[in-house]
Amino acid sequence: MEFLLATGIGFVTACGIYLMLRGRTFPVVLGLSLFGYAVNVFIFVMGRLWSNAQPILVGEGPVADPLPQALVLTAIVIGFATTGFVIELALRNRHESDSDHVDGREPARATGRSPAAEATHHGERQP
Amino acid sequence: MMESVLAFWLQHAPLLSVLLPSFTAMGLLLLGDLGDLGGMAEQGGGHDSARVRWRRRLSLASVVLGAVMAAGLVWRAAGGELLVYQLGEWSAPFGIVLVLDRLSALMVLLTYLVAAPVLWYATGGWDVRGRHFHAIFHFQLMGLSGAFLTGDLFNLFVFFEVLLIASYVLLLHGLGRERLRMGMHYVVLNLAGSGLFLIGLAMVYAVTGTLNMADLALRVAQLTGESALIARAAALILLVVFGLKAALVPLYFWLPGTYASASAPVAALFAIMTKVGVYSIIRTHWGIFGVEAGEASLAAQAWLLPLALTTSVLGAFGALAAHSMGRMVAYLTVSSVGTILAGVGLFTPETLSAALYYTLHSTIVIAGLFLLVELMAAQRGEAGDRLRPAAALREPVLLGMMMLFGAASAAGLPPLPGFLGKLMILQSASGLAAQAWVWGVVLTVGFFSMVGLARAGVIVFWHVQPDEGASVAESGASVKLLSAAWAFMAITVALALLASPVKRYTDAAAAQLADTAAYAEAVLGSQGGAGARTTRPYDGTRSTSPLQPAAAPAPAKVLP
Repeated sequence: MEFLLATGIGFVTACGIYLMLRGRTFPVVLGLSLFGYAVNVFIFVMGRLWSNAQPILVGEGPVADPLPQALVLTAIVIGFATTGFVIELALRNRHESDSDHVDGREPARATGRSPAAEATHHGERQP
Repeated sequence: MMESVLAFWLQHAPLLSVLLPSFTAMGLLLLGDLGDLGGMAEQGGGHDSARVRWRRRLSLASVVLGAVMAAGLVWRAAGGELLVYQLGEWSAPFGIVLVLDRLSALMVLLTYLVAAPVLWYATGGWDVRGRHFHAIFHFQLMGLSGAFLTGDLFNLFVFFEVLLIASYVLLLHGLGRERLRMGMHYVVLNLAGSGLFLIGLAMVYAVTGTLNMADLALRVAQLTGESALIARAAALILLVVFGLKAALVPLYFWLPGTYASASAPVAALFAIMTKVGVYSIIRTHWGIFGVEAGEASLAAQAWLLPLALTTSVLGAFGALAAHSMGRMVAYLTVSSVGTILAGVGLFTPETLSAALYYTLHSTIVIAGLFLLVELMAAQRGEAGDRLRPAAALREPVLLGMMMLFGAASAAGLPPLPGFLGKLMILQSASGLAAQAWVWGVVLTVGFFSMVGLARAGVIVFWHVQPDEGASVAESGASVKLLSAAWAFMAITVALALLASPVKRYTDAAAAQLADTAAYAEAVLGSQGGAGARTTRPYDGTRSTSPLQPAAAPAPAKVLP
């Protein structure tokens, strides 16, 4: 079971990192989610794998560690919130820049301006 | 009446510092905020409507109260008392604790020293350029205070998320294409960082069975063999995470663009954000994986100093090469973080004390410079903050002298605190093995920063093109906006005048941090946590005995 979980987490993490390194926002968000899932399972497993053990201490007998479950619950909640935010941000970015590239512009499109000039183009300043 | 209020405060001081901005933010959210977008003047929005004025008053009052409370925290911590606050009366290491020591009190006070003038500046107009600026600002303060005060590694992660989510929204405040573009990078990078943070936490938990910082310091010291290796790996993963927040090489590339694209008050507030990374590095690599941590001790020593010195040099080069004033100040942030972490990475109490003094100075000066850059940019017409010849400033003497003051302090010229801070770092590094490197880098970086700032000053104030006169702002900067920048200058001067007491305080803070036994005793009781029986860490045999009923309640991590 340990081997299965370890390779599983490794595979999902690898997929997540690969997707995060893509140039479009949709794969990046997917990659972040996958990475988040892998991390959550990783935390869970760090309480060691137990079968047939109670999570909370009642009476005699072996117990499974309840703390990773509490930790992973918090991490899941935070992960959902941030994923929601990044999706919204990606949509807004797509809407404002007419491109779903993470840099906000198509790499091949000729903009007529050098990248350096583009970089200095800031948002509006206070009048 | 007063006595009972004082007694209440004395008992709950650490928690109140977190709760005050949190309740203020919720109150401001309930008041609603239409912003100034789309001509809301008739509907009760607008720049000067009564609702906006009341929101501003509430927000400013809360920050001032918070600053007073933070000063109270420093006053209490200065005596050397370790104030431990058990949330929900769950005793450590099962429950979450807030711990007030000299270092955390100092960082909370620094947060408010930056936040109060910045908020004052933002009420000059930036706060109505989007929605809910004040509420998000207070959520940011809540995250910062919580991160500085918490004594639990997982709770640190939670407060990190609170302050990061607030910072995402603040960064996007006022919108604009560039801000969205940099915001995307910033958010994705920080989410990846949060994932790594959790991996590091999980590994620490796996080998020690606790996430309480005081308990960790004791348990990491007992690790041997494979467990110690895992702990070392976890320590280095945490170094990567905190290095990302602190903008350590090679993880600083997100910072210049992000800070330069943020609105001025937000960028000024973000000056404290890199210091959260620095603080976390100090907490983990001094407090947990410090000198006394057995086989896992000083896991970061081989990495931290070279990386910090490289950061410092690259930041100075970036400031030299920057094509806008905003980016230049952002690169100065990177450079100053490198200097601070060099002091941290030398791993002696003297260098840490010097680094803390320099942290105070650089945060204040850089926040002031961010505000000043916008004041100058507003008077340069089309050119804005770009470093190219443009129209003359409306108030060249006033802004020029302020720029000179900030630049001289940032570059480290006497008699300003930047000079004192760098001198302290040089002095504390003398006699150590890395002395030549630290001296060489700090002095070279000071020189290059000065050249970069002089170049900017020459272009802005002397390369004047009178032809562009038509587009210049009609009037000078308002006194309200200027006063925020003056406040930072006043704090800088105070830091120079009070250098001796401040240095005594940071000396004591560094000494307190080195004394892990006292920390553990304060948090865990006189038995040093030995009395608390847990099933962790597992030794692999899976034979666990049931706990005593007294120790039985399972601790649930609660969101603050």
